[in-house]
Amino acid sequence: MKSLEELKLLRERLEGEVGFRLEENETAVSTYKAHVLLCGGTGCHSSGATKLAEALDKELAAQGLTKEILVVKTGCHGLCALGPIMIVHPGAVFYSMVKVEDIPEIVTKHLKGGEIVSHLVYQETVTPEGVKPLKDTDFYNKQYRVALRNCGIIDPENIEEYIGTGGYAALGKTLTEFTPDEVIQTILDSGIRGRGGAGFPTGLKWRFASGNRGGVQKYVCCNADEGDPGAFMDRSVLEGDPHVVLEAMAIAGYAIGSNQGYIYVRAEYPIAVQRLEIAIAQARENGLLGKDIFGSGFDFDIDLRLGAGAFVCGEETALMTSIEGNRGEPRTRPPFPAIKGLFEKPTILNNVETYASIPRIILNGAEWFSSMGTEKSKGTKVFALGGKIKNIGLVEVPMGTTLRTIVEEIGGGIPNGKKFKAAQTGGPSGGCIPAEHLDVPIDYDNLIAIGSMMGSGGLIVMDEDNCMVDIAKFFLEFTVDESCGKCTPCRIGTKRMYEILDKITKGNGTLEDIDKLEELAYYIKESALCGLGQTAPNPVLSTLRYFRHEYEAHVLEGKCEAKVCKDLLQFTIDESKCIGCTACARNCPVNAISGTVKQPHTIDNDKCIKCGACIEKCRFGAIERR
Amino acid sequence: MDTKKTIPFSGTKEQEEQLKAAIDERKAEKGALMPILQKAQEIYGYLPIEVQTLISDYMEIPMEKIYGVATFYSQFNLSPKGKYRVSVCLGTACYVKGSGDIYEKLQTLLGIKGGECTPDGKFSLDACRCVGACGLAPVVMVNDDVHGKLTVDDVERIIAQYQ
Repeated sequence: MKSLEELKLLRERLEGEVGFRLEENETAVSTYKAHVLLCGGTGCHSSGATKLAEALDKELAAQGLTKEILVVKTGCHGLCALGPIMIVHPGAVFYSMVKVEDIPEIVTKHLKGGEIVSHLVYQETVTPEGVKPLKDTDFYNKQYRVALRNCGIIDPENIEEYIGTGGYAALGKTLTEFTPDEVIQTILDSGIRGRGGAGFPTGLKWRFASGNRGGVQKYVCCNADEGDPGAFMDRSVLEGDPHVVLEAMAIAGYAIGSNQGYIYVRAEYPIAVQRLEIAIAQARENGLLGKDIFGSGFDFDIDLRLGAGAFVCGEETALMTSIEGNRGEPRTRPPFPAIKGLFEKPTILNNVETYASIPRIILNGAEWFSSMGTEKSKGTKVFALGGKIKNIGLVEVPMGTTLRTIVEEIGGGIPNGKKFKAAQTGGPSGGCIPAEHLDVPIDYDNLIAIGSMMGSGGLIVMDEDNCMVDIAKFFLEFTVDESCGKCTPCRIGTKRMYEILDKITKGNGTLEDIDKLEELAYYIKESALCGLGQTAPNPVLSTLRYFRHEYEAHVLEGKCEAKVCKDLLQFTIDESKCIGCTACARNCPVNAISGTVKQPHTIDNDKCIKCGACIEKCRFGAIERR
Repeated sequence: MDTKKTIPFSGTKEQEEQLKAAIDERKAEKGALMPILQKAQEIYGYLPIEVQTLISDYMEIPMEKIYGVATFYSQFNLSPKGKYRVSVCLGTACYVKGSGDIYEKLQTLLGIKGGECTPDGKFSLDACRCVGACGLAPVVMVNDDVHGKLTVDDVERIIAQYQ
């Protein structure tokens, strides 16, 4: 592809096909009778989407429909809990938890006969008036998709589908209409802040690295080392729409005067890595990466680097040290990467989700983006909803949406009638938000004010069965494991914090320990070298702030209300319910249960290891855990 | 390390040639060590001291640096993995849904601790951080198969599939 004109012609040829799948575009015409979108993201892949695709192809061939029905293997739709997911257009009919056995019925009735198989569709879309489109469900109707706009709609392994949605038009516009400084100004005006965690204004970052264009080698890096446990936003973008990242990186390269990009991606994401490789190869083939892009004289290319499982490499200087082939230890700043970054050259590093918003900002303008969100946090944010919530999956909402809307409306609330206890954001660097703050509009500054942080967007919901001391210990164990060991506060301090937490969960803590824990947390925050260490105490500080009573109950009463901390539990048998069937005694691994047949049994709590095997085996609910 | 249950190194000449060819291909690149170690692990399945020495000699990089990098990243294994690599996700979403108990059950069942391999080389067990299949939490992976929405009771059935 040598010119913008060629891109335009290609898009005009393709946009009907892709537009056919957009609910807001009702006029688009496809050469196919129907499109079937099959999710091929990690969630659905794990629940058997590959076998489904084979079965579908086979059935379509058998019924002679191959030429009429287009099957598109897309990235993630967001509702991972209902996978494997299949969407049929026109009408955006949403089939959930599809099994191989269901395929013949869907093909015969729906794809051939035009009649929706209503017992197989997502039941929330079934109304007395018929099956309603996906966009009207609770999960989708409050969402607004910018970074995820193509995820679940296009085939990520086909560059033409991306071009059909207007892909690479932003790069074309940038190279032909904008000066590099105008690009930076647009990004600044949009108000977008880094989606990776700390929320630094992206435009400022670019401006700092923009000096001496052409005079010095510079690098554009993409942080795709999504390490927060429970967060999978970036993975979904890479799996569902890899080209948007490539396009945005090229735009960034033009803005700061760089011709080389690196994507540092987790090796644990094999599907994402594979799709990125395909995307880079296709972009090169089409002249959208490489020399003289669109005949503008601008050169840009991208290489992949695989991370190897070190959480600290999400920190910018550590990531660069890792790309250089070293132990991924952070460096002191200043000098900031914009001055001295990768291979000691000026470098910018942005997160996947940040890049995914850039092409739309260029095409729709800074004002469009800044019209969404709150005063200091503009645009939309993707959250990975997980934990004790009904609609586990990916959601994208305007900044300023309340946690209540996300948890109760989009997320569908807590399953099994349990009570909400806290929402954890920001992963191991963030904190737990209690019910009293459910109505706070979510943005960078509000989350920090209530003791958590945005982080990359993981949002784990916890209910009354989760012990907050145990959760704090879980995160500290994570940081102890992942601390790179370079600075003392993080290497030794987090270990000491973990030990105190361990002591408390085992019932050996004192009130003094709680104070010591808090004091240590503040010291580490003040003195650690990098972001990992400075934020490591947050899970403890936020749980101390909102759930101090749980810590105190562990220490003073030796009680774990959520019944999680095993050492504090007592197992007893209710004599009135026990019929003496001996099932528990036979299954106890340490012979702690005694009694004769048909007589109530008893548990020797000195021998008991609290494994819970007896509770699982008792069919009469006679064993209690307190 | 010595106390871990493991099996001895048995690299072949072909594997060595393969590794050397991979090194020759990338040697000139900036920051090539990580991709080369990843390739070496792909070839041998793990990075024992013998393989690290080979890379060190062939690339003329001090052993201390190779060992430093190999031990820094959790993806690099210094001891061999089993034919079936069992990994339990201990990411937050899985943890709050009880993957800790599943991990414990697997340790008892297989008779090994996390990071170890059964003496017959069949199973190795690890805890891993978020595989991104949070919709299926709690999740256990056996090689590339994902088993989701598990309870402690499912563990025996899953392991039996591979025995």
